[in-house]
Amino acid sequence: MSPVIASVLKVLACLALMLANGVVMIWMLRKVLGHLHLRYGPLEMGPSGIFQTTMDVLKLLTKEDVMPRAADKALFWLAPLVVFVPSLAAYAALPFSSSVRAVRLDAGLLYTFTALSFVPLGILIAGWASGNKWSLLGGMRAAGQQIAYEVPLLLSVLPIVMLTGTADLGRIVEAQSGVWAGFVPRWFIFDPLLLPTFAVFLIAALIESNQTPFDMSEAESELVSGFATEYSAMKFGLLFLSEFSNHFIISALAVTLFFGGWTLPWVPQSVSAALAPVTFLLKTYVGIFVMMWIRGTYPRVRIDTLMELGWKRLIPVSLVLVVVMGVVIKALPALARVVG
Amino acid sequence: MSDPRYDVYDAGLIGEGMHEPPVLPAGLRRAPSGVDGLRTEHLVINMGPQHPSTHGVLRMLVEADGEEVVTAEASIGYLHRGIEKVAEHRRYDALGTLMDRGDYVSGIMGELAAALATEQLLEVEVPRKAHWLRSLASELNRIASHLVWYGTFGLDTGAMGQFLYAMRDREALLDILEAISGQRMMFNYVRPGGVVRDLPAGIDAKIRAFVDTFENVYLPEHHALLGGNEIFQSRVKGIGVITREQALAFGLTGPNLRASGVRYDVRVDRPYAAYPELEFDVPVGTAGDAWDRYVVRMEEMRQAARMIRQLVDGMPEGPHMAKVPKVLRPPAGEVYAAVESSRGETGVHLVSDGSERPYRFHYRAPSLFALQALEEILPGHLIADVVMIIGSTDVMMGEIDR
Repeated sequence: MSPVIASVLKVLACLALMLANGVVMIWMLRKVLGHLHLRYGPLEMGPSGIFQTTMDVLKLLTKEDVMPRAADKALFWLAPLVVFVPSLAAYAALPFSSSVRAVRLDAGLLYTFTALSFVPLGILIAGWASGNKWSLLGGMRAAGQQIAYEVPLLLSVLPIVMLTGTADLGRIVEAQSGVWAGFVPRWFIFDPLLLPTFAVFLIAALIESNQTPFDMSEAESELVSGFATEYSAMKFGLLFLSEFSNHFIISALAVTLFFGGWTLPWVPQSVSAALAPVTFLLKTYVGIFVMMWIRGTYPRVRIDTLMELGWKRLIPVSLVLVVVMGVVIKALPALARVVG
Repeated sequence: MSDPRYDVYDAGLIGEGMHEPPVLPAGLRRAPSGVDGLRTEHLVINMGPQHPSTHGVLRMLVEADGEEVVTAEASIGYLHRGIEKVAEHRRYDALGTLMDRGDYVSGIMGELAAALATEQLLEVEVPRKAHWLRSLASELNRIASHLVWYGTFGLDTGAMGQFLYAMRDREALLDILEAISGQRMMFNYVRPGGVVRDLPAGIDAKIRAFVDTFENVYLPEHHALLGGNEIFQSRVKGIGVITREQALAFGLTGPNLRASGVRYDVRVDRPYAAYPELEFDVPVGTAGDAWDRYVVRMEEMRQAARMIRQLVDGMPEGPHMAKVPKVLRPPAGEVYAAVESSRGETGVHLVSDGSERPYRFHYRAPSLFALQALEEILPGHLIADVVMIIGSTDVMMGEIDR
């Protein structure tokens, strides 16, 4: 197979995964929130509510596609694409198993974060182009939020890079295979040094993916859905497809970095290797479930609190964590061998 | 802004240099703006009537510096139904139905105010049982109304779950009120002389069951879900402070006033219906911020449940309606009667000229006073806080645009 066709097939596979994920996540979101919120519709639309996604998509397809007169037409069209493309690109480096992934990148971790950091740019464009002051505020919030949280997000994964000596997502997962003391999986989440790192990562990741309680740029009760106010029909659908896929990517990253990726503890190598992609997807969806659970329960924080948390708490904390990890690795190699 | 569509703002009504930045409440600081050489512009935004936090038809004209409010102006009149004028063309027994459409979330108490005023004009003696039934319906309705407030207040913070939980509880209450009055929202239950009908058989067991669940399960659940959440607390504590003096000067009543530390409750200070015979506490706040208003309302729900239990247990025997003529023709005179509705003192001022229709009907709506206070307390807060403060004052547009 020529490399061009192979690459095209890989892109198509990522696209298919993204669309399939959208379908699954709409259904899942409606079901999870339906149960949490005592809503009837999503639980009764077809057996187990499986037709809810069909109905939602049908609704989006049949809605009128409105564009406000004050909108900047070219940018208004461009924004969903600017949101969509990076979230598609971010799939490239995700390791579904030791062999299933689009590309093997030595800087896979950095690549994924870079791709994700383009998303708020699209949101900013959407907010600006809508010609609506609420949307503009939403776009500005997205930009501010991204600048404030890109730093702690990247800093929070540095200890892992230092520990494993690589930014290749596949090799980070491989470093987590096996068990400690006979029964504890060697996942980084169980590493006492990396637990605070995970806390920082979790908060920064929720903010980066614009998820409740940090959905500042959307904020439907304050900014009337912010950047998305003027988007209707499938343009709105596209924005949300990308948002769902960002949730998937963030959750997949958490699984890769902290929860052992495709590995399964206590299971023979042959079995876990065969199940690898399934394991990975299941773990990812558990992560998404947790995000939905938070979404169904929490109120939203205020934008200034969010900024304060980012600049004054998370960045110093993650810097300290990097230093601690450096000291442990360089000065106490014996301890590092035990912990890592 | 050179766009011709924004001419109204360019005309000098609102714009650069028009407003001096207000003095900020203690604890809030201003972001630097208008730094030398940088031309900044205030953003004029219409919050509402379509905005989710304005609960329908309030329009706040907010002038914002970034996300910080510089001035806020409430603009009303999108719902105007002319209830007061309409009332002057109706007979006295129709006043209740009009009051139902004023504060449509706690209709019983509005009806009661109109009925009390009419009875004062007529000088009718209301049977004791009617008093108790009126209090019972009022307190049931108070919980239902506070639940709507609680739910929408949570929505304003971005929490969706507890809203649907509040609606679940309100559903149970509306079922009870429907059984009592025959209607779920526009009750038309309290009439001059008493109430329209006696309690249906078996309803007291239902009410007791509800009160038990509400006190032991629902209310702790609400407190845990929203009030106990740290994010929520950080959103409401110290926000929208109304001092004691301000509250009195604005004429606030009800939970908004009590949260500012004034112990005024019409049920205690100018008792009506069965309240003199009931045992209950009036919760009072200290700081007058959004959190105090939250706590006061939540406690009021508990007190209402306590009163409902007493009312059901001690329900007297006897008629539920006094003998009143079919067409009410009160003698000429002027009265004012007030009740403690879930938003504050709801009063009815009636002037009679001796005919079967009121000569003048005026309706004192507590929300109107809360709304005028907003213009004073909003500046200096962030847009996100504006949403919270409007929510915390529990304004009801139905009775403002009456």
